[in-house]
Amino acid sequence: MPDSARSRLARAFLARPGRGQLIVAALLAMLGFAAAVQIRFTNTDADFSGQRRQDLVALLDSLSSASDRAESRIDELEQTRTELLTASERRRAAIEEARSRLEVLSVLTGTVAVTGPGITVSVSDPAGSVTAASLLNGVEELRDAGAESIEINDRARVVAATWFTEVGGRIVVDGVTLRAPYVIDAIGSPHTLSEAMIFPGGFADEVKELGGTASIDEADVVRITSLHEAEQPEYSQPTDR
Amino acid sequence: MIAVVGLLLGIVAGLFLEPSVPEPLQPYLPIAVVAALDAVFGGLRAYLDGIFDDKVFVISFVSNVFIASLIVYLGDQLGVGGQLSTGVIVVLGIRIFSNVAAIRRHVFHA
Repeated sequence: MPDSARSRLARAFLARPGRGQLIVAALLAMLGFAAAVQIRFTNTDADFSGQRRQDLVALLDSLSSASDRAESRIDELEQTRTELLTASERRRAAIEEARSRLEVLSVLTGTVAVTGPGITVSVSDPAGSVTAASLLNGVEELRDAGAESIEINDRARVVAATWFTEVGGRIVVDGVTLRAPYVIDAIGSPHTLSEAMIFPGGFADEVKELGGTASIDEADVVRITSLHEAEQPEYSQPTDR
Repeated sequence: MIAVVGLLLGIVAGLFLEPSVPEPLQPYLPIAVVAALDAVFGGLRAYLDGIFDDKVFVISFVSNVFIASLIVYLGDQLGVGGQLSTGVIVVLGIRIFSNVAAIRRHVFHA
């Protein structure tokens, strides 16, 4: 009898409400009321007043363990930050050190233009008798007196590897042929340098003996602009002692 | 017909009166609602089977709500309220499913 259930359902809607139906209606009203109240309550239960103590304890536990995890993560990250800061500071110090070394070495090898107090020695040579050796003597005297940078005739920078020679009566320094008058610029303590030039039997006297003159000017600012090309050493290898 | 009207009336009253749930009843109300739902679906199934009886429905409704609340109360006293209310919900859920399946068979022949 498949249709009997449907017909009963239809009859229930059409039939005159009896006592039984009223009771059922009352119970269903209570159910609907309670359900609606509970749904409202669940949706508005922002504080945890409706929760069981057990659930609250579990909630608290999970929250505190989560905050523990977050704190240990914070510690980790702060440590990483400190490490990175230290590393970058060390790197900055290393760069600073390297830069100052570079400065010293560029001055020593003559790869940069330099300026500073010093002297200018002008050597006139009307007789053409000033030799490369006597010029070299003058340079050595300047070095002894602490000259940091030396150049000749604004063309030849004098460094550790500089060589002096004569080709056809002309002085050649590092492959640069020089003509008189020779002008030697040297940077260092001006007074000490000029003393080194004019002491008895020194460079000035030597030039005088050869028939020329050497005049020395002290200056607060001497510019040395010629450069020496530094070459990669071919045979020497840096090594630990 | 009047039963459906009663249900709607109850829902509307619950929504508009906005009563607050008394503190001691708070853990039991959801369980009671689910138990009552079970009784209602059982009654509907019985009606479609042609064996519905007012008295049986009222008694099953009230006893369902009462026993479900009692079990949860006992569980709370024993310290296993959370687990026990979960168990009650599961059992009632299974019953609701089987009742709804019977109702579906009656109404849709499937």
